[in-house]
Amino acid sequence: MNNESNLPPETSRVSPIVAHERKGLLRFITCGSVDDGKSTLIGRLLYESHVIFDDHLAALAVDSARFGTRGDNLDFALVVDGLAAEREQGITIDVAYRYFSTDRRKFIVADTPGHEQYTRNMVTGATTADLAVILVDARHGVVTQTRRHSHVASLIGIKQVVLAVNKIDLVGYSRDRFDAITADYRDFAADLGFDDVVSIPISAVFGDNVTTSSENTPWYVGPVLVAHLESVVVDTGAHRQPFRFPVQLVNRPHGGFRGFSGTVASGEIRPGDDICALPSGLTSRVARISSADGDLDEAVVGQSVTLVLTHEIDVSRGTLLCSVEHPVDVADQFEADVIWMYEEPMHPGRRYLLKLGPITAGLTISPPKYVLDVNTHEHLAAKTLVLNEIGVCIVMVDRPLPFESYASNRDLGGFIVIDRMTNATVAAGLLRFALRRSTNAHWQELDVTPESRSAMKGHRPGVVWLTGLSGAGKSTIANHLEARLHDLGVHTFLLDGDNIRHGLNRDLGFTETDRVENVRRVGEVAGLMVDAGLIVLVSLISPYREERQGVRDLVGEARFCEVFVDTPIEIAERRDPKGLYAKARRGDLPNFTGIDSPYESPVEPEVRIDTTRVEPGAAAELIVAKLRNMNLVGDSAARF
Amino acid sequence: MVELNHLQQLEAESIHIMREAVAESERPVMLYSVGKDSAVMASLARKAFHPSPPPFPLLHVDTMWKFREMYEFRDSAVAQLEMDLLVHQNPECVAEGINPFEHGSAVHTDRWKTDGLKQALDRWRFDVAFGGARRDEEKSRAKERIFSLRSAQHRWDPKQQRPELWHTYNLRRAPGESVRVFPLSNWTELDVWMYIHREQIPVVPLYFAAMRPVVSRSGALIMVDDDRMPLGIGEVPTPRMVRFRTLGCYPLTGAIESTAATVTDIIQEILSSATSERQGRAIDFDSSASMEMKKQDGYF
Repeated sequence: MNNESNLPPETSRVSPIVAHERKGLLRFITCGSVDDGKSTLIGRLLYESHVIFDDHLAALAVDSARFGTRGDNLDFALVVDGLAAEREQGITIDVAYRYFSTDRRKFIVADTPGHEQYTRNMVTGATTADLAVILVDARHGVVTQTRRHSHVASLIGIKQVVLAVNKIDLVGYSRDRFDAITADYRDFAADLGFDDVVSIPISAVFGDNVTTSSENTPWYVGPVLVAHLESVVVDTGAHRQPFRFPVQLVNRPHGGFRGFSGTVASGEIRPGDDICALPSGLTSRVARISSADGDLDEAVVGQSVTLVLTHEIDVSRGTLLCSVEHPVDVADQFEADVIWMYEEPMHPGRRYLLKLGPITAGLTISPPKYVLDVNTHEHLAAKTLVLNEIGVCIVMVDRPLPFESYASNRDLGGFIVIDRMTNATVAAGLLRFALRRSTNAHWQELDVTPESRSAMKGHRPGVVWLTGLSGAGKSTIANHLEARLHDLGVHTFLLDGDNIRHGLNRDLGFTETDRVENVRRVGEVAGLMVDAGLIVLVSLISPYREERQGVRDLVGEARFCEVFVDTPIEIAERRDPKGLYAKARRGDLPNFTGIDSPYESPVEPEVRIDTTRVEPGAAAELIVAKLRNMNLVGDSAARF
Repeated sequence: MVELNHLQQLEAESIHIMREAVAESERPVMLYSVGKDSAVMASLARKAFHPSPPPFPLLHVDTMWKFREMYEFRDSAVAQLEMDLLVHQNPECVAEGINPFEHGSAVHTDRWKTDGLKQALDRWRFDVAFGGARRDEEKSRAKERIFSLRSAQHRWDPKQQRPELWHTYNLRRAPGESVRVFPLSNWTELDVWMYIHREQIPVVPLYFAAMRPVVSRSGALIMVDDDRMPLGIGEVPTPRMVRFRTLGCYPLTGAIESTAATVTDIIQEILSSATSERQGRAIDFDSSASMEMKKQDGYF
């Protein structure tokens, strides 16, 4: 790609620039609990590698006097505690990235703080790290936090660990203390799957064994911290694995050129190699590896290149190109570790989005099989996941996904979960294994299709979804509507929320999670009835926008008619046909919509009925007019 | 086993980021400040989409107070890059004659750059904007994401940032929201110069030491680039051997004394240097949290 291949082989007199050009890159994460001296250690590393410049030191002296906790000494922690908000609170609240380099390596440090947000931040920092520096205070040894950090590092797939036994000065540079902590940690970490644990006695405040061997620890013969970071061999094994290449973009500047751009996720590729495109399974051969520096003879793990194939096959963003001999599996149901990262808890059954590399797909998550206690590694029972919890769940995507287990490849097995309403990134997921291979789980192909069934009727299938507060008048309007549609010769079926709760959904209560599941089940049933060719009327409070959107997505925009039965709560409460509001006000009915549980009004419903002004019969006519407008019901009744 | 060196890894990561941004945006744009980081970023863009030209224009938010050599360089460099260049000057600032001498550095920067940028993004309805900022430049940047969501008012909320995991980025946004993308997040000043050296990327000659007329003001060496600069009584521009580590508006950009006249000289200088790159920037000195506040207001 450049002139480096023309450089002479390593000699004893390479110019500094050449040496710097050749150096490698190590990404690591630092973790420690609140007072273990993590920020001080990073500040020390930056200072020792001359990243803290004179003018920064001048600013640091001012800041140390103002915010510092070290008396007259420079407080290195202030170098790394960046945002004004957190400096005033004296805590760091997010992941920060720091950079320093030596002659041998450039380092990217993910600095993650140790407070309530810890798991989220540490997971984030760990996903791009090759190594973890875990700090312990020599006075306290291995504590709960140490175990938690180690579990998370192990889960995210970090194989190299440095146990930095800090504040060794405060235990009189005691070898016995150091040995005891090291033995204690090794004992605990034995089954965490680390390739290597190196334990180093340091003092971040005074610099012992950070960049140079300390005279205070003559008994310590291992490497100092920086020397170890410079030389540690990080091997993810990705280069030995078969070729995998997620396509990011199709590059098509003009008729003659069609290239597929992406970054090699594992293995290597050369012109002439056969490849297979997943999930389609089509095969082709690499004709060229195109780059701005000319065509390449090969591309290896981590390189961003553009592949040109010998013959045209259907490839688009999200296609995985891989070795023909060793293709990946394709599946749509998995067991996965899910790390919840959002204030609002997980809603099992809700439709989220999965993003795995360039692939975006619809996703639903089951209630956790168990939640992991990151302090003890115990499995606990739970119905959902809340912020910073890690659970094992079944995840289902709405299309077949080419994948690898997270353990074998982070890029092909690690995904994020996005909330479709807020667009927030709410979770991280690690694919463990497929529960059902798509290859043997094709949808049962049906000869009689929804289209052929609906062709027998005089109308198209669809869903009329009436949403609104309890007592808004949904059921009354639904009954009028069904009678009217019946007169028009339309085959209907009415699903009423109250009735369904006596049967299909009698196991569900009124918590947020149960309400989500309630709507999901009714949506699925409505979907089946649409396949049967019916116009399905649903009368259900369905308080959450997201679940209603989920049903809309399920049955299809063109077949979904959302009707907002809009009744102010004062009026619904005055009507109170079932006496429920009175009960709720007395506190006998918790989680009552509109009282102590929210109702999210539709933003753009197909029909909005203001029940203070429109009678139920007129409301039914308005809905019929809309169904005609949507082409679900014909103008002249049955002859459509 | 072939292992990529750090520059190759940084290059591959930046290219990956740019492709992700383009794949998930409607109207991307690349902010172009004429400096070395912009030069590297534009060069990476050429590589990312080769043999296609980068599928977005360059946008220069101009203040009319840049160094003359920057304007000359800009027009020739853009012609070589074969990319379209859009230039936006805040029309209110033009009308009011906003300048750093009468209005001060804070007002000057806020109106020309922050307001100007927001106007330009709105004017052309860009939904994704690449910027050349690096995390090593300044403390509050260390926590900036690679993909940074901005509200419809272009504001940055440090508490509402999305976690970034692996190399999988969430670019989903509501109507009106936009995303600032920083492909050089993980680069340092040294990396940038090493890359310029490796790739032979042309940069503005002001980065190289030469005799230039300067005056010393509050400890900073300010180059007298044209006759708009008012001189104090007895203040005489003196030729000195200087260069610039960063470039911006000439009255706000301090020179450093240096004899580094080539890219290799500069790399040697950085390897033995003891002052940080933003030291010459008047913008950061207002208060130690000033960058954070500017970012919240929409500065990039």
